Amino acid sequence: MAGAALLERLTVARAPVVWRLARVRAVEEAAEAAVTIVLDVDDWPGHAAGQHVDVRLTAEDGYQAQRSYSIASAPEDPGLALTVERIDDGEVSPYLAGELREGDEFELRGPVGGHFTWRVQDGGPLLLVAGGSGFVPLRAMLRHRAAQGSDVDSRLLVSARGWEHVLYRDELSSFGDVHVHVTLTREQPPGWSGSARRVDAEMLRELGPGPEERPRVFVCGPTAFVERAADLLVELGHHPAAIHAERFGPTGR
Amino acid sequence: MPPISRGFGGRPRREVDPSRVPPGQYVVEDFPVLSAGPTPRTPLEQWSLTIDGAVDEARTWTWDQLRELPAKTFTTDIHCVTKWSKLGTTWTGVSLDTLLEEVETEAEYLTVWCDGDYTTNLTIEDVSDGKAWIAYDFDGEPLDPEHGGPARLLVPHLYLWKSAKWIRGISFTPVDEPGFWEAAGYHNHGDPWREQRYWND
Repeated sequence: MAGAALLERLTVARAPVVWRLARVRAVEEAAEAAVTIVLDVDDWPGHAAGQHVDVRLTAEDGYQAQRSYSIASAPEDPGLALTVERIDDGEVSPYLAGELREGDEFELRGPVGGHFTWRVQDGGPLLLVAGGSGFVPLRAMLRHRAAQGSDVDSRLLVSARGWEHVLYRDELSSFGDVHVHVTLTREQPPGWSGSARRVDAEMLRELGPGPEERPRVFVCGPTAFVERAADLLVELGHHPAAIHAERFGPTGR
Repeated sequence: MPPISRGFGGRPRREVDPSRVPPGQYVVEDFPVLSAGPTPRTPLEQWSLTIDGAVDEARTWTWDQLRELPAKTFTTDIHCVTKWSKLGTTWTGVSLDTLLEEVETEAEYLTVWCDGDYTTNLTIEDVSDGKAWIAYDFDGEPLDPEHGGPARLLVPHLYLWKSAKWIRGISFTPVDEPGFWEAAGYHNHGDPWREQRYWND
């Protein structure tokens, strides 16, 4: 098994990163203004949970645009899934999260990224901290964990503006024995029993596991969210090298 | 012939000089942050920059000593492998030529090391003759920690992962040793104009 795992790792790492044809199998709503696109990809070499892909769109006149997206599906899932949040003044996301439908085609290459990844054989405990659409690569990890029947101690903190902005709402209870905590920073539905504030030290301490358990920590979200959460985790005593971070979006300057 | 993406007619929102945008890149106005871990915060009094490895004698500069070296303010375009490019960014810093004058080496390769355990590999050619800087000001103000402050390497002719944030040292090596991203499937050289993103590009 160890040999097979090693071979899988080497094979994934060494698969040539070439453009492949992706055909849309389904487009599913993932949250308000976000969709999950399930793809059939020609000769997909497999991936590790947490990796991302490059997408290339070609207009009729030959104009092309490229963007990177995290993979939302586990390696075990049928079809490769991307979750895309629509940014209204964006060039690519309004197309992917608005116009795209079943049967459409575009190009994709990957998987890429070898740092922000988790495989069950890496062990735990696992502490996953998601801000907004930063949930995407963490969902891949949790689906991978469930598909492997892993019982690694796992905690998930999801922060979003409101309940309708939480990605994969209907899946939150299907990840297995994962302790899930949701905080809604701006609007809470009636009877809300989760947190209603920005991520803070107390929330992270209550969620655990503490630094003495040496969890593998993955933090993903908008830049300001990740900066804050990662700083708090360091202050709580987590080793900086154990904190894997992925930031997206702009900063002030 | 690539497949046509039905209904896609996207165009950049702003007209830019296409000769300044490498293939596959798009221009941003903001300044995205890409880092693999927490942002390190080393106090300036504990900060130093070292050149060591395959050199006759290692050399170290404190923060104050670095700031006393001749600096230059310059404007350049930067390109991140995650597809964004930022045009006309203004930096202040010390040319690596100034630092390299202080050490003797015959090695052709170097590994840059940083707070936060990040590394990246470069050739002496890619950091000589005005091509690389230790930058500490951005737009006339001290470089923000999330963008690599107090000081980062800046090698603007290569993808920005080569411009290591939170630089603390340069080790010359007899052979080329892949750094953090280079060992994780990214290109060893990283020329944006040749779109050298991944190892087989």
